Parts: sequence; structure tokens; C-alpha cells
Amino acid sequence: MAFIKIKRPELSLSDKLYIPAIFKGLWLTFKHAVKSVRGKSIGSKDLASSGLGITMQYPEQKWDEHLPEYYRGVPALVTDEQDRERCVSCQLCEFICPPKAIKIIPGEIPSDDEWAKVEKRPKEFEIDMTRCIYCGMCEEVCPEQAIYLRQDYAVTGLTREEMVNDKKRLYEIGGKRVGLVNKWNELK
Amino acid sequence: MSEATTEKLPKDVAAEDGMVNVQVDGNWIQVPKGTRMIEACKIAEKEVPHYCYHPKLSSPGNCRMCLVQMGMPPRPAPGEDPKFKDDGFQEIGWMPRPVIACANTVAENMGIRTTGELVESCRHGVMEFLLINHPLDCPICDQAGECSLQEFSVEHGRGNSRFVDNKVKKPKNVDIGPRIRLDDERCIMCSRCIRFMDEVADDPALGFTDRGTHTTLTVHPGHRLDSNYSLNTADICPVGALTSNDFRFQMRVWFLKETKSIDTNCGTGSNTVIWTRGSEIFRVTPRENNEVNSCWMPDSHRLNFHYVNSEARLNTPMIRNTSGTHEAATWADSIQKAAEVLRIHQPGEIAIIGSGKQTNEELFLLGKLAEALETDLLTLVPRMGESDGKLVAADRNANTTGATLLWDTEDPYAKLDAIREGVRSKKIKTLVVFYENLLEEAGFKEEDLANLNLLVSNHILPNGTAKNSHIVLPGAAFAEKRGSMVNITGRLQRLNKAIEPPAGAMDDWEIIRDLIAALDKKAAPLYLIEDVLKAIGAAVPAFEEQTFSKIGDQGIQITVTGQTIPLLDKEHQRIERGEIVG
Repeated sequence: MAFIKIKRPELSLSDKLYIPAIFKGLWLTFKHAVKSVRGKSIGSKDLASSGLGITMQYPEQKWDEHLPEYYRGVPALVTDEQDRERCVSCQLCEFICPPKAIKIIPGEIPSDDEWAKVEKRPKEFEIDMTRCIYCGMCEEVCPEQAIYLRQDYAVTGLTREEMVNDKKRLYEIGGKRVGLVNKWNELK
Repeated sequence: MSEATTEKLPKDVAAEDGMVNVQVDGNWIQVPKGTRMIEACKIAEKEVPHYCYHPKLSSPGNCRMCLVQMGMPPRPAPGEDPKFKDDGFQEIGWMPRPVIACANTVAENMGIRTTGELVESCRHGVMEFLLINHPLDCPICDQAGECSLQEFSVEHGRGNSRFVDNKVKKPKNVDIGPRIRLDDERCIMCSRCIRFMDEVADDPALGFTDRGTHTTLTVHPGHRLDSNYSLNTADICPVGALTSNDFRFQMRVWFLKETKSIDTNCGTGSNTVIWTRGSEIFRVTPRENNEVNSCWMPDSHRLNFHYVNSEARLNTPMIRNTSGTHEAATWADSIQKAAEVLRIHQPGEIAIIGSGKQTNEELFLLGKLAEALETDLLTLVPRMGESDGKLVAADRNANTTGATLLWDTEDPYAKLDAIREGVRSKKIKTLVVFYENLLEEAGFKEEDLANLNLLVSNHILPNGTAKNSHIVLPGAAFAEKRGSMVNITGRLQRLNKAIEPPAGAMDDWEIIRDLIAALDKKAAPLYLIEDVLKAIGAAVPAFEEQTFSKIGDQGIQITVTGQTIPLLDKEHQRIERGEIVG
């Protein structure tokens, strides 16, 4: 093994004193302070800042309209154009969910239902938002395009029970989604 | 070639043992004469995908999935001697067309190729045809996760369909029997279920109608699939065409834990797999054991597990107070109280009633309990029915043979009448009951039980006997304990713990052990169920040196009772006639 000798840089007197460097730093900070008061910080427009620097004043100001389309918020169930619940409770999301936040109890669609040929739908569908890590695996694995991560991110609750989204709540958050593959139409 | 004349050729060596030499994917193996090619491949550990073939059923060869390439030595010209290579085998002449492996038997010097371009393209083609009309409803199909069509389409199928026309529509969700639901669109016409109902269940209720792509599985007019063996068709169905009404849409199979165990509903002791998730049983299916139940199981037995999941399960020991209501107590208090009262009674005033559904370990300890109490009034409750000529034995108690061996008696039920009379005449003042509701098969009446000074009983669910008991000890169900049982033919088999008993309940053998310990301070301590089996081995010759690992999944014949299982007798006859492989 070869040893390489590295020579330390020689420090000049001003370097050794540190004082000029401190003033250099103060000057930089002062420049930014002035810019920020004048609302001229770099990127303040793009980041929708409050006008003071690039800081956003949450929760008075929110990011919502700047969220990208692919933002991963609360997972929820969706219905299609015909108001059919798309979930058929195949339980793949329950299987894939890394923190085991999803719990499904499958049920049969009664034979007098309009969608009896689909045969299966969830009887209960619960997502525990204290467990959810917003990874989006459930959306990715769903073979029926039934579960989507929405843009909501501020999930709050005073008890653990409040943090569990049940089937009714999940459809409320998810709402209707159009333009999806409709594999349960007549042609099948 | 002088060596060849002195040394034996491989074909002669194999023929001496009734074997033939077969080359599977380049390796020579010896298999018994008359073996099907598909079985030879299985012996060589080469997978041949198949749907219609089942070793216990006849081979119609209609799914065409098991196509392999076959070769035989070229036929010598007249007067020409066969030519042997240096390794003693003849050159294999490969056939240009594939053959089905399930319905052809092997021959000397045969070659089989389970891989290669021809075989792969055959499988590819067969898969594509099978999937043409198959619906894409795997997300709702109960078979998903254990579906051969799914598995082989991953291995041999194409990613997308080239079929542009509309799929053929067939009846869905057809009610063909009380326990089975049929979905004709998913059916791939393997005919396993038809053959099973015809050949094994002796109730040919199923058949095909129409032809070509419109072939439809259905029940014969005026028939229903209501045989007590109908659920086996759902087990052997390679796709989700036949599904169990009981298990349908309950849980996906990939969540379930499989525990190998045995059935405790009759003396046959069919081998089972118990499928559980958490502390809930979802289904029970048969497990292959060619000495007990082949691959099958009666519906009545496999569906008899729902009570284990019941909300009403007893989960705390209870002592009846003076006002007649039961109060929760601790295990130590309950056992101590029982022992105190038992101790002040004379041996002739104490009787013990066990159950033929208990394990060997529990029955052996009941014998020890009787010894500790110095009573000889020890019996089981008989449960005789009628054999169905297949797998349901006349004796509905699972472990009668075990009791006969362990208690060294001809008839473990002999003393029940005497005990019942003794209780009625108030001669017997205390009764210890395990796992039996005396008001049912045992023939006791509620007023008989009121005569007793002490009734200690062990149950898993509340019932009439528990209501009349002074002390109730909650126990474990068949899926919640380890242990062994001896079936009607004398085969020692193992029960495994699939789930934990409810919190507060205890394994039955531990209850009996604690009761013995409370009565007899000098009793040898038993810490594990293995210790009990060891003690049995020391005391009962038939169990000598038996351990749970020796019993294994398939069991050991420890005695010959002379009884046989009718379904197996029939199967052996069919193997002899060459109808099935077995």
C-alpha cells in the first residue's frame, strides 16, 4: 500500500484570525434578509411563499393547488359512472399493504342486486390511518382500479377509532371516478 | 463386445425387480413396470403440468396439457439383433409428435422429454386454447391462489389474448347442490368431478351437455349434487368452477395457515389440513394418506368445525354457588375445590366418564385419575351409527381403539349403564365428566344429575351438563390441541394444534394432570404432552417407544384390529384391475 502525503494548506494571517470570514458570513445573511423583506428571495414565486422569504405560513397557507398529480395522500375507494362500487374484495391490497393497515371482510352480492353477476364486494373495508404509510402499493396492486390515493394529507382524529376509515367513509373520500376500464359491462 | 455378453444389460437388471429403465430429460431411472409416464416424471422430479389426470381417478386424457415428447429404440429389421451402446442402452428414436404422459405407460428403454421446443410449444398452445373462453375474474374467484390454470398460465401462457371474438357465455352461479356452487364459464372440461362422482362417490350426478366450445358441465336432470362426498369435487377442481358454499368468499387462501391434523368425527380418522387465519378456522380439507382416507373426506365431517369459532365458547372455569348460579373462578381454586370434595368420598361413590373423541394422552391420564381415586367406574360414551360403506365408520368416536389399548379392556363403554343406574339410585355421589354432554348420547336426565353431590365437567360450549355442574372446566377443541389417536384399523395418528384455545380455557390433558396432582401429591410431574406419550409407552406395550415425531404426518400401524376402511378396499381393487394408478 502506497502512502500519499497530503500537504495541509498554508493559512494566511487573515485566515488564521477568522474575523474577515465572520464578516463575510454576516454580509451574506444581511443580503438575504433584505431580499426576503422585499419579497425577492429566489424561488419564492414557485414555492408559493407568504412573501417573507420562501417560508409558507401553514396552516393559513396551503400547498393544495400546487400538489402534483401523482401526490400520494389518503387511500380511498371509488365508484364508477354507474355508481357501482368497483372493489370486489379480492384482498390483494390487504395482502400487499406493508404496515397491515387494510382489513377487509368479503361478502357476496345478493342475487337480486343489479350487479349480482359481479358476485363479490366488501362487506367491511377498513383502513387504519394511524398505520397507513401512504406508499401507494394498494393502488398499484388493485386489479379492479378501485382504490386510489387522494390528495388529502391532513388526517386528524382525537381517538384511534376516529383514525380508522370504514367503508362508508372511504367511498365518501373517494367519490366517483370516470374513464376507467369497465370490465363488468355486457361484453365482459 | 465380449463384456456385454458376460455382464448383464440394464434392462435385465431392472426386469429382475419388475422394473423398467426410462430416460427422463437425459437421466436414466428405474420405475416399476406399468407406471404411467406422468408418474415416472414425478419420480424423476420433473414437473409435467396437467389438469384432468388424478392418480385416484381414471385417465381419459382430455385436457392435453401433459403432452411430452417420447422416444423408443428403433425396431430392428427382420433377423437383425438390437444394438446396445457402451452404457448398455439402445439408441432412442424420438417421435416427431408429442404424446400425453397421463394415459401412456412406460416401456423398457423409453425416453421422455419434459422440456424442449416441441413440448413447450404444445403447452403454449394448449394454454392459449384453454384461456380463450375463460373469464378474467380471478379477483373474485375463490380458486385464485390455488388455481392450476393461474399457475400454468404464468409458466406457459402468453401475456395477452389474441382472441378478438366475444367469449362464449355459459351459466354462472348455478345451484347444483346444497354445498357446491358451479360456475360454468370457469370450467375447463377436465371432467375430474364427473369421474369422481361416478367412480369414488358412486353417485354419478354430473355430466357434460353440448359440444365443442359450448360444452357445459351440469347435473343430470332430476339429480342434484347432494352426495355426502360432494365437496371433494371442489378440492379436485383445478379451477374455480366448483366452489364450496361454506368457504365461498370467506377468505383468500393465501392468508390461511395450513396445519396437518386428523378428523375426529368418526373412527376412520381421515387425515386433514386445517386452514386458519388468526384464531379462526376457515375450512378443513382432506390430506392424502393411502392407508386411511386416500384423498377424500365426507362433507359432514369437514364442515363440522364451526362450533370451534363460536362466540359462546367457555373461557373461564366456573364454580356453582349456593344459590345455583355459576361464578367465574381461578383454575387453582376450581381444581382444589374439586379435589377436596372428591377426596371425602368413598371409591365406590366416584365415577369418571370420558369421551371417545379424546386423545390417547387424555384417556391415559383419565385412567391415572381413576387410579388416584381408587375407582374402577371409568367409561366412555358410545356413539354408534351406520357405516356409509366409504369413509364414515360406524363408530363415530374417533379413538375407541385407543381406549381399548390404553385401559386394557375389551369394551371401554361397558360401565356406562352401571354408572347411570348408580347415579339414579344415588349410590354414585360424584361424577367427573370430560368432553361429553350427558343429556345427549349418554342417556342421563337432568333430575339424575341433581342427585349428585359433585359434578365436575369439562366442555368447550355451554350445555345441559355444564348447567348442572358444580364445577365447569373449559377445555380445548380438536383443532386446539396436540395429541394422538388410534383409528379403527389400529393406526396411530397425530393431531396438531392449528389455533390456540380461547384465553382462560386449558388443554384437556393439563386439566386432568392438575386434577391428579391435586389428589395425589406423589404423582410424577408431567410438563409436556411428550412426557405423557412417554409414560404411555412405558405402560402400554402397543405404544412402546412411540414419539410424536415418529408418528409423523402419515401415522404408524400399531395394532391390527381386523377392521378395514371400505373406500380403501374398493380403491385397491381398482388399482389391481388397472383402472387407476393409485
